Amino acid sequence: MSILLFRVDERLIHGQVVIGWGSQLCPDRYVVIDDELATSAWEQELYRLAVCNGAEVSFYNVEDARARLQEWREAGSRIMLLTRDLDSMLRLARARVLEGESVNLGGIHHAEGRTRVRSYLYLNEEDRARVRALEKEGAKVSGRDLPSSLKVGLDDLLEE
Amino acid sequence: MSELGKEGGTKQTAGEGAGPARGVVVGHGGMATGLVDAVRRIAGVDEDVLVPLSNEGKGPDALCEELARIMGAYRVVVFTDMQAGSCAMAARVVCGGRLGQGLVAESRAVVCGVNLAMLLDFVFNRELPFDRLVPRLVEHGRAAVTGHMPHVDSAISG
Repeated sequence: MSILLFRVDERLIHGQVVIGWGSQLCPDRYVVIDDELATSAWEQELYRLAVCNGAEVSFYNVEDARARLQEWREAGSRIMLLTRDLDSMLRLARARVLEGESVNLGGIHHAEGRTRVRSYLYLNEEDRARVRALEKEGAKVSGRDLPSSLKVGLDDLLEE
Repeated sequence: MSELGKEGGTKQTAGEGAGPARGVVVGHGGMATGLVDAVRRIAGVDEDVLVPLSNEGKGPDALCEELARIMGAYRVVVFTDMQAGSCAMAARVVCGGRLGQGLVAESRAVVCGVNLAMLLDFVFNRELPFDRLVPRLVEHGRAAVTGHMPHVDSAISG
Protein backbone atom coordinates (compact mmCIF):
# COMPACT_ATOMS: atom_id res chain seq x y z
CA MET A 1 0.00 0.00 0.00
CA SER A 2 1.57 3.29 -1.02
CA ILE A 3 -1.16 5.67 0.15
CA LEU A 4 -0.95 5.10 3.87
CA LEU A 5 -3.62 7.52 5.04
CA PHE A 6 -6.44 9.57 3.56
CA ARG A 7 -7.08 12.35 6.07
CA VAL A 8 -9.35 15.38 6.34
CA ASP A 9 -7.77 17.99 8.58
CA GLU A 10 -8.23 21.76 8.43
CA ARG A 11 -4.65 22.25 9.55
CA LEU A 12 -3.27 19.92 6.85
CA ILE A 13 0.42 19.47 7.76
CA HIS A 14 0.91 20.07 11.49
CA GLY A 15 2.18 18.44 14.66
CA GLN A 16 -0.34 15.61 14.91
CA VAL A 17 0.21 14.70 11.29
CA VAL A 18 4.00 14.99 11.17
CA ILE A 19 4.77 13.70 14.66
CA GLY A 20 1.71 11.70 15.75
CA TRP A 21 0.91 9.88 12.52
CA GLY A 22 4.30 10.41 10.92
CA SER A 23 6.14 8.47 13.62
CA GLN A 24 3.79 5.51 13.12
CA LEU A 25 3.45 5.50 9.34
CA CYS A 26 6.82 6.96 8.34
CA PRO A 27 5.64 8.66 5.13
CA ASP A 28 8.22 9.97 2.71
CA ARG A 29 5.71 12.12 0.90
CA TYR A 30 2.77 14.33 1.87
CA VAL A 31 0.29 15.00 -0.92
CA VAL A 32 -2.03 17.93 -0.23
CA ILE A 33 -5.19 18.09 -2.33
CA ASP A 34 -6.63 21.58 -2.36
CA ASP A 35 -7.75 23.72 -5.30
CA GLU A 36 -6.71 27.00 -3.66
CA LEU A 37 -3.35 25.88 -2.28
CA ALA A 38 -2.43 24.30 -5.61
CA THR A 39 -2.15 27.81 -7.06
CA SER A 40 -0.47 29.55 -4.12
CA ALA A 41 3.32 29.16 -4.15
CA TRP A 42 3.93 31.18 -0.98
CA GLU A 43 1.41 29.17 1.05
CA GLN A 44 2.91 25.94 -0.26
CA GLU A 45 6.28 27.12 1.03
CA LEU A 46 4.80 27.67 4.49
CA TYR A 47 3.58 24.09 4.61
CA ARG A 48 6.92 22.76 3.39
CA LEU A 49 8.58 24.51 6.33
CA ALA A 50 6.38 22.46 8.64
CA VAL A 51 7.95 19.18 7.52
CA CYS A 52 11.26 18.63 9.23
CA ASN A 53 12.07 15.00 8.35
CA GLY A 54 13.02 15.52 4.73
CA ALA A 55 9.76 14.19 3.34
CA GLU A 56 8.54 15.60 0.04
CA VAL A 57 5.45 17.80 0.01
CA SER A 58 3.40 18.29 -3.14
CA PHE A 59 0.16 20.09 -3.92
CA TYR A 60 -2.56 19.28 -6.45
CA ASN A 61 -6.05 20.42 -7.23
CA VAL A 62 -8.77 17.79 -6.97
CA GLU A 63 -9.01 17.18 -10.70
CA ASP A 64 -5.27 16.57 -11.12
CA ALA A 65 -5.23 14.40 -8.01
CA ARG A 66 -7.98 12.15 -9.38
CA ALA A 67 -5.90 11.65 -12.51
CA ARG A 68 -2.84 10.70 -10.48
CA LEU A 69 -4.43 8.55 -7.82
CA GLN A 70 -3.64 5.23 -9.43
CA GLU A 71 -0.07 6.33 -10.14
CA TRP A 72 0.37 7.17 -6.45
CA ARG A 73 -1.10 3.83 -5.40
CA GLU A 74 1.42 2.01 -7.54
CA ALA A 75 4.37 4.19 -6.60
CA GLY A 76 7.08 2.98 -4.28
CA SER A 77 6.79 5.97 -1.98
CA ARG A 78 4.83 6.06 1.27
CA ILE A 79 2.21 8.74 0.85
CA MET A 80 0.00 10.57 3.32
CA LEU A 81 -2.85 12.24 1.42
CA LEU A 82 -4.47 15.28 3.02
CA THR A 83 -7.43 17.54 2.32
CA ARG A 84 -8.54 20.37 4.56
CA ASP A 85 -12.26 19.85 4.05
CA LEU A 86 -14.79 17.13 3.40
CA ASP A 87 -15.83 18.65 0.10
CA SER A 88 -12.38 18.13 -1.45
CA MET A 89 -12.23 14.52 -0.19
CA LEU A 90 -15.70 13.83 -1.54
CA ARG A 91 -14.87 15.27 -4.97
CA LEU A 92 -11.73 13.14 -4.96
CA ALA A 93 -13.82 10.06 -4.13
CA ARG A 94 -16.42 10.50 -6.90
CA ALA A 95 -16.95 7.57 -9.27
CA ARG A 96 -15.95 5.26 -6.41
CA VAL A 97 -12.22 5.81 -6.87
CA LEU A 98 -11.77 5.52 -3.08
CA GLU A 99 -13.82 2.33 -2.80
CA GLY A 100 -12.61 0.26 0.12
CA GLU A 101 -10.29 3.00 1.40
CA SER A 102 -10.45 4.31 4.96
CA VAL A 103 -10.94 8.06 5.23
CA ASN A 104 -9.77 9.57 8.49
CA LEU A 105 -11.43 12.71 9.86
CA GLY A 106 -8.70 14.25 11.98
CA GLY A 107 -9.52 17.90 12.47
CA ILE A 108 -12.64 19.91 11.69
CA HIS A 109 -12.99 22.63 14.25
CA HIS A 110 -15.87 24.52 15.77
CA ALA A 111 -17.73 27.00 13.61
CA GLU A 112 -21.20 28.49 13.60
CA GLY A 113 -23.78 25.73 13.13
CA ARG A 114 -21.40 22.85 13.80
CA THR A 115 -21.98 20.50 16.74
CA ARG A 116 -19.34 18.64 18.71
CA VAL A 117 -18.56 15.03 17.90
CA ARG A 118 -15.17 15.05 19.62
CA SER A 119 -12.89 17.87 20.76
CA TYR A 120 -11.17 17.86 17.36
CA LEU A 121 -14.28 17.19 15.31
CA TYR A 122 -17.34 19.41 14.81
CA LEU A 123 -19.84 18.73 12.04
CA ASN A 124 -22.90 20.45 10.61
CA GLU A 125 -25.63 18.95 8.46
CA GLU A 126 -23.72 19.61 5.23
CA ASP A 127 -20.66 17.87 6.67
CA ARG A 128 -22.76 14.87 7.66
CA ALA A 129 -24.28 14.73 4.18
CA ARG A 130 -20.75 14.63 2.76
CA VAL A 131 -19.83 11.81 5.16
CA ARG A 132 -22.86 9.86 3.94
CA ALA A 133 -21.90 10.59 0.34
CA LEU A 134 -18.35 9.36 0.95
CA GLU A 135 -19.76 6.12 2.33
CA LYS A 136 -21.99 5.82 -0.75
CA GLU A 137 -18.87 6.16 -2.87
CA GLY A 138 -17.46 3.13 -1.07
CA ALA A 139 -15.09 4.84 1.39
CA LYS A 140 -15.09 3.92 5.07
CA VAL A 141 -15.20 7.10 7.12
CA SER A 142 -14.18 7.37 10.76
CA GLY A 143 -12.83 9.98 13.14
CA ARG A 144 -9.46 9.77 14.92
CA ASP A 145 -7.05 12.57 15.71
CA LEU A 146 -4.06 10.40 16.63
CA PRO A 147 -3.14 6.74 16.11
CA SER A 148 -3.42 6.16 19.87
CA SER A 149 -6.98 7.54 20.05
CA LEU A 150 -10.15 5.50 19.84
CA LYS A 151 -11.73 5.46 16.43
CA VAL A 152 -15.06 7.31 16.11
CA GLY A 153 -17.44 5.20 14.07
CA LEU A 154 -19.96 6.23 11.47
CA ASP A 155 -22.94 6.15 13.87
CA ASP A 156 -21.24 8.66 16.17
CA LEU A 157 -20.29 10.87 13.24
CA LEU A 158 -23.84 10.99 11.94
CA GLU A 159 -25.56 11.43 15.29
CA GLU A 160 -26.82 15.02 15.69
CA MET B 1 6.93 57.77 15.46
CA SER B 2 7.11 55.37 18.35
CA GLU B 3 4.66 55.08 21.20
CA LEU B 4 5.11 52.84 24.21
CA GLY B 5 1.74 51.13 24.47
CA LYS B 6 -0.01 50.45 27.76
CA GLU B 7 0.03 46.77 26.89
CA GLY B 8 3.79 46.52 27.03
CA GLY B 9 4.89 46.90 23.44
CA THR B 10 5.70 49.59 20.94
CA LYS B 11 3.21 50.49 18.25
CA GLN B 12 4.96 50.47 14.93
CA THR B 13 4.53 52.51 11.81
CA ALA B 14 6.56 52.71 8.62
CA GLY B 15 10.07 54.08 8.98
CA GLU B 16 10.23 53.56 12.71
CA GLY B 17 13.24 52.35 14.67
CA ALA B 18 13.39 49.67 17.33
CA GLY B 19 11.34 49.89 20.53
CA PRO B 20 10.33 47.42 23.24
CA ALA B 21 8.74 44.41 21.59
CA ARG B 22 5.82 42.38 22.82
CA GLY B 23 6.24 38.60 22.92
CA VAL B 24 3.49 36.15 22.06
CA VAL B 25 4.02 32.48 22.92
CA VAL B 26 1.92 30.10 20.84
CA GLY B 27 1.84 26.43 21.75
CA HIS B 28 -0.06 23.19 21.95
CA GLY B 29 -2.28 22.58 24.98
CA GLY B 30 -1.23 24.48 28.09
CA MET B 31 2.45 24.87 27.19
CA ALA B 32 2.34 28.60 26.42
CA THR B 33 0.45 29.45 29.60
CA GLY B 34 2.91 27.46 31.69
CA LEU B 35 5.98 29.02 30.12
CA VAL B 36 4.65 32.55 30.42
CA ASP B 37 3.64 31.93 34.03
CA ALA B 38 7.18 30.73 34.75
CA VAL B 39 8.71 33.84 33.16
CA ARG B 40 6.45 36.12 35.18
CA ARG B 41 7.36 34.33 38.40
CA ILE B 42 11.09 34.53 37.68
CA ALA B 43 11.40 37.94 36.04
CA GLY B 44 8.37 39.75 37.43
CA VAL B 45 7.42 41.40 34.15
CA ASP B 46 4.02 42.95 33.40
CA GLU B 47 1.53 40.48 32.05
CA ASP B 48 1.24 42.13 28.64
CA VAL B 49 4.96 41.97 27.86
CA LEU B 50 4.53 38.29 27.14
CA VAL B 51 1.16 36.85 26.15
CA PRO B 52 0.32 33.12 25.92
CA LEU B 53 -1.91 31.62 23.24
CA SER B 54 -3.00 27.98 22.96
CA ASN B 55 -4.11 26.33 19.74
CA GLU B 56 -6.51 24.14 21.72
CA GLY B 57 -9.87 23.87 19.96
CA LYS B 58 -8.96 26.42 17.31
CA GLY B 59 -8.94 25.82 13.59
CA PRO B 60 -6.32 27.53 11.41
CA ASP B 61 -8.41 30.65 10.75
CA ALA B 62 -9.46 31.07 14.37
CA LEU B 63 -5.86 30.72 15.55
CA CYS B 64 -4.61 33.27 13.00
CA GLU B 65 -7.34 35.73 13.94
CA GLU B 66 -6.63 35.43 17.66
CA LEU B 67 -2.90 35.82 17.09
CA ALA B 68 -3.41 38.86 14.87
CA ARG B 69 -5.67 40.39 17.52
CA ILE B 70 -3.05 39.94 20.24
CA MET B 71 -0.27 41.25 17.99
CA GLY B 72 -2.26 44.33 17.02
CA ALA B 73 0.01 47.06 15.72
CA TYR B 74 2.82 46.23 18.09
CA ARG B 75 6.36 45.23 17.37
CA VAL B 76 6.14 41.53 18.11
CA VAL B 77 8.22 38.39 18.38
CA VAL B 78 6.05 35.28 18.10
CA PHE B 79 7.51 32.26 19.85
CA THR B 80 6.20 28.82 18.88
CA ASP B 81 6.74 25.45 20.50
CA MET B 82 7.90 23.62 17.40
CA GLN B 83 8.80 24.34 13.80
CA ALA B 84 6.31 21.82 12.41
CA GLY B 85 2.86 22.58 13.61
CA SER B 86 -0.27 24.66 13.43
CA CYS B 87 1.18 27.21 15.85
CA ALA B 88 4.22 27.90 13.68
CA MET B 89 2.05 27.92 10.59
CA ALA B 90 -0.26 30.55 12.10
CA ALA B 91 2.73 32.62 13.19
CA ARG B 92 4.24 32.56 9.71
CA VAL B 93 0.94 33.39 8.04
CA VAL B 94 0.16 36.33 10.32
CA CYS B 95 3.72 37.67 10.36
CA GLY B 96 3.94 37.18 6.61
CA GLY B 97 1.25 39.76 6.22
CA ARG B 98 -1.82 37.76 5.20
CA LEU B 99 -3.76 39.21 8.12
CA GLY B 100 -1.45 42.08 8.91
CA GLN B 101 -1.59 44.17 5.80
CA GLY B 102 -0.37 47.70 6.31
CA LEU B 103 1.98 46.73 9.12
CA VAL B 104 5.73 46.96 8.85
CA ALA B 105 7.29 43.62 7.93
CA GLU B 106 10.38 44.42 9.99
CA SER B 107 8.22 44.66 13.11
CA ARG B 108 7.45 40.93 13.11
CA ALA B 109 9.62 37.93 13.83
CA VAL B 110 8.95 34.23 14.46
CA VAL B 111 11.18 32.06 16.64
CA CYS B 112 10.41 28.33 16.80
CA GLY B 113 11.42 25.88 19.53
CA VAL B 114 10.83 28.24 22.45
CA ASN B 115 12.18 27.48 25.90
CA LEU B 116 12.32 29.26 29.24
CA ALA B 117 15.87 30.57 28.86
CA MET B 118 14.99 32.13 25.54
CA LEU B 119 11.95 33.90 26.96
CA LEU B 120 13.89 35.22 29.95
CA ASP B 121 16.48 36.65 27.60
CA PHE B 122 13.71 38.21 25.53
CA VAL B 123 12.05 40.09 28.39
CA PHE B 124 15.36 41.70 29.36
CA ASN B 125 16.45 42.56 25.81
CA ARG B 126 13.26 43.33 23.94
CA GLU B 127 14.39 46.83 23.00
CA LEU B 128 17.09 45.48 20.67
CA PRO B 129 16.47 45.70 16.91
CA PHE B 130 15.30 42.37 15.52
CA ASP B 131 18.44 41.77 13.48
CA ARG B 132 20.31 41.58 16.80
CA LEU B 133 17.53 40.27 19.04
CA VAL B 134 16.39 37.25 17.03
CA PRO B 135 19.84 35.63 16.52
CA ARG B 136 20.52 36.27 20.21
CA LEU B 137 17.29 34.51 21.24
CA VAL B 138 18.06 31.49 19.08
CA GLU B 139 21.58 31.30 20.50
CA HIS B 140 20.44 31.59 24.13
CA GLY B 141 17.68 29.05 23.66
CA ARG B 142 20.06 26.58 22.06
CA ALA B 143 22.78 27.10 24.67
CA ALA B 144 20.33 26.38 27.49
CA VAL B 145 19.78 22.82 26.31
CA THR B 146 22.26 20.47 27.94
CA GLY B 147 22.42 16.78 28.73
CA HIS B 148 24.23 15.01 31.54
CA MET B 149 25.08 11.36 31.95
CA PRO B 150 26.65 10.15 35.24
CA HIS B 151 29.24 8.00 33.47
CA VAL B 152 30.43 10.79 31.15
CA ASP B 153 32.51 13.69 32.45
CA SER B 154 31.41 16.47 30.13
CA ALA B 155 27.90 17.73 29.55
CA ILE B 156 26.29 17.60 26.13
CA SER B 157 25.36 21.12 25.12
CA GLY B 158 23.12 22.57 22.42
